[in-house]
Amino acid sequence: MNPTRKRRIYNILFVLLFSISGIFMILYSLNTNLDYFFTPSELNNKEISSNKRIKIGGMVLSGSVKRQGSVISFVITDYENSIDVIYEGIVPDLFKEDSGVVALGYLQNDIFEAEEVLAKHDENYMPPSIEIKNDN
Amino acid sequence: MFQVERAYKFILYSSLIIYIVSLIWGLLFTQEDFVQGNSYRIIYLHVPASFLSQSLYISMAVASFVYIVWRVKLAAYLVISIAPIGALTTFIALTSGSIWGIPTWGTWWQWDARITSTLILFIMYLGLISLHSSFSNYEKADKLLSWLAIVGAINIPIIKKSVDWWSTLHQSASITLTDKPSIDPSMLYPLIGSMIGFFGIIISLVIISSKYQIFLREKNKSWIKEYV
Repeated sequence: MNPTRKRRIYNILFVLLFSISGIFMILYSLNTNLDYFFTPSELNNKEISSNKRIKIGGMVLSGSVKRQGSVISFVITDYENSIDVIYEGIVPDLFKEDSGVVALGYLQNDIFEAEEVLAKHDENYMPPSIEIKNDN
Repeated sequence: MFQVERAYKFILYSSLIIYIVSLIWGLLFTQEDFVQGNSYRIIYLHVPASFLSQSLYISMAVASFVYIVWRVKLAAYLVISIAPIGALTTFIALTSGSIWGIPTWGTWWQWDARITSTLILFIMYLGLISLHSSFSNYEKADKLLSWLAIVGAINIPIIKKSVDWWSTLHQSASITLTDKPSIDPSMLYPLIGSMIGFFGIIISLVIISSKYQIFLREKNKSWIKEYV
């Protein structure tokens, strides 16, 4: 290969190397701040003041959903730690026990008062008839 | 040029047929999803568009590399021809994702890592287009565009891995090279069909767009005058 082209390839690699390490350092320093939500286990190791709005995510513990009028209470768990959540309002259609959920709100004395509840679904897609087969 | 014209028509019509057939198959002849019901069907637009928005960027970066190293003019034409089509597919991916988000997540927009990095991709496409058009000298514009396109390619692995590196509202990938797809075959086949069809439609758009670019840049050449 002629030297000019070789030099251009080295230039590109050089620029890429520097920008990749730059981006990597930014992402590394932001680290968990880029996480969309905390898991209950992460909350356990952190001191979070009650006036800071946070998001927690995990699975809705089966059998934990209780409704009282428009107030709904449930437990978000990551199967190691869990946290009680209360919420007043309408939950999305996909909200159900044993499925993913993200709640936005304030942590008050170990109870999470949610202002917004979003459903998180997983990467599995299948028709209902197959799910019944899998259960058997 | 005439062979290209024929190939282009063949690609466009056959991929339109493939996409429409896959859409009809996916929308009418598959069962609904066990959790999401009918709203999962937007997958037949969202996944092809998102896939193409990233693939187009990678091809832009490869063409930029070829232009910077070997100074192939056609590669530079290809870079600026792909950019608006990439912006279009990213826009489709973002909009269809938002529409999908309302019934499933309960929100149309959240600043999670996957959604935000895709928005950055969209803004990058728009930035590259407006940067190129702000120069009156084509050669300078091509050089700067190629360099920026290569540096911006760092965003692609970030988009791809965002769902694994951080906790996101967006679910992780259903189709991967290594594992068995976590989407049922009855839904997977029309999805693959729609991806192939959409891919072909976008390829023919890229052909039209680069044809326009060649005409624009080479308009004073004698072979263009003969062709027109």
